[in-house]
Amino acid sequence: MDIQTLTFIIVGATFALYIGIAIWARAGSTNDFYVAGGGVNPVANGMATAADWMSAASFISMAGLISFMGYDGGVYLMGWTGGYVLLALCLAPYLRKFGKFTVPDFIGDRYYSQTARTVAVVCAIFVCFTYVAGQMRGVGVVFSRFLEVDITSGVIIGMALVFFYAVLGGMKGITYTQVAQYCVLICAYLVPAVFISIMMTGNFIPQLGFGGTLADGSGMYVLDRLDGLSTELGFTAYTDGNKSMVDVFFITAALMVGTAGLPHVIVRFFTVPKVRDARKSAGWALLFIALLYTTAPAVATFARVNMVNTINGLDMQGTEYAQAPSWITNWEKTGLITWNDKNNDGRMFYSGDERNEMKIDRDIMVLANPEIANLPAWVIALVAAGGIAAALSTSAGLLLVISTSVSHDLLKRNLMPNISDKQELMFARIAAAVGVMVAGYLGINPPGFVAQVVAFAFGLAASSFFPAIIMGIFYKRMNKEGAIAGMLSGILFTAGYIIYFKFINPGANVPDNWWFGISPEGIGTLGMMLNFAVAILVNKLTQDAPKEVQQLVEDIRYPRGAGAAQVH
Amino acid sequence: MQNDKNNSLIGYWRENLALMLILLSIWFVVSYGFGILLVEVLNEIRFFGFKLGFWFAQQGAIYVFVGLIFFYVARMNKLDQKYDVHED
Repeated sequence: MDIQTLTFIIVGATFALYIGIAIWARAGSTNDFYVAGGGVNPVANGMATAADWMSAASFISMAGLISFMGYDGGVYLMGWTGGYVLLALCLAPYLRKFGKFTVPDFIGDRYYSQTARTVAVVCAIFVCFTYVAGQMRGVGVVFSRFLEVDITSGVIIGMALVFFYAVLGGMKGITYTQVAQYCVLICAYLVPAVFISIMMTGNFIPQLGFGGTLADGSGMYVLDRLDGLSTELGFTAYTDGNKSMVDVFFITAALMVGTAGLPHVIVRFFTVPKVRDARKSAGWALLFIALLYTTAPAVATFARVNMVNTINGLDMQGTEYAQAPSWITNWEKTGLITWNDKNNDGRMFYSGDERNEMKIDRDIMVLANPEIANLPAWVIALVAAGGIAAALSTSAGLLLVISTSVSHDLLKRNLMPNISDKQELMFARIAAAVGVMVAGYLGINPPGFVAQVVAFAFGLAASSFFPAIIMGIFYKRMNKEGAIAGMLSGILFTAGYIIYFKFINPGANVPDNWWFGISPEGIGTLGMMLNFAVAILVNKLTQDAPKEVQQLVEDIRYPRGAGAAQVH
Repeated sequence: MQNDKNNSLIGYWRENLALMLILLSIWFVVSYGFGILLVEVLNEIRFFGFKLGFWFAQQGAIYVFVGLIFFYVARMNKLDQKYDVHED
């Protein structure tokens, strides 16, 4: 059977599975729709959280990025996992005890202020839309490469599917679908990684293989070979990296704290029955995420060695273009690989200096990996299904936050407090539907700045939500004046810095011009510190939070009495 | 009675904070410490085919993170029992 047919069968089978689950887990009430009735098993919730978290970016792009960044890629690995420690220790159990549906709910109630709630809603919606546009694009890319439909049809198919199960099932449908999607995406990631690890090192565990020796009889360590190749070709050694230590530090912190402040991640911990389940669930989530995140740097290393060897040839003289393996010509068609024969010798050559003749897009590394390693057709089909699962699960989770923010935080708690549960559910579904359309539109006509605004999402979450929630739990005298002033100064500072370097004056975006050597990707950390400082200062100058609010904060510190998430 | 209860709740919160701070220090040391600030020193040390600092940044820190959360879960469950604030 050819790759095309196999891909249709495997992707089709996974779609049928998702739809089946969605029908089985329809939502009957707002409680089902927002937090799956608060009755999800912590292991299942961990899997769903992992699928929610690992987007098309994690699945498709991350290993490729690391492959080109070497040591510097550690900012993503540590940054996107370390946030879960903060979540489990400092946020999840208390927010679960608080027992509301959303992050703006917590901010609004804890700081007894509609203004605070509104600031939070706007941030939540902005962060989610930024993210979801990128996901839809990811679905489109996978469809167009593996199913050979054009990107527009790819996005529409993806939209229809997400629409179906997010609008019908709400959080309940999404959670159980995400469990299935996690299984699909992790298999799709691990199977080729294991194959390649065996081929290159003889060790079937990629995490160990990439610290092992090459199976080519040279007895050399993989990473030593790669360091050697990198310096020979005019790159810095793979295990050294290019970024300054300050910048690596700040970017890692911004990603960690941003992760812990992302609304679609936090809302996950409202769906489990008990406070202790919220803690446990964060542990399971990180374990499931770590499976992929510890495999990714191995994949990155293997892919880079393979790629250099294939293009430059084992003798480092360059491979004749006429002999190029089929994956190079396949990806050349998509424009993601280009070859420019500068010295007219008919041979390809890849390097970090003037000898370089290749342009290789980082996003193709994971998708092309099975072809580079000559794996069987069903593995390639599985990778396609995995990429789609990753993109769909994340979009669905984000759409839910958007719809909840609109129907619950904006309408029910703000503009139309008198609507019934049924009406609220209807508004939630309408908001999800509108959200899908907007996301799809952005996926088909991506604004040029999608990649740029990713830094925005993390920076904003880090500099706005995170300090407000932390102080809400651990600093009971913190009042609304402090919290609002903190959030606003954090956001404005971070947004201002990013907008200046990314949009207004991109030419100036070089380390010499950055404050303290911090790039726009890492500035959220400084924004977070500013938020804390301003909030505490303003709090000192104004009246402490009222007694009953302090009592509320006391109450969320002890697990007993956490009922189901409350309908207000 | 009420006073006893309050005192024990303060004790619970203190122990919780102490545990949290210890675990967060480990969290900071393995990632920001070993993986970033001390990476060059640790890279002098060999750990199988890895330079140790590189290994912490791309593998080790993540394993420690997972361990930290599960340890925290186990300790907090005990603490909840000890101070009788556990659910049902």
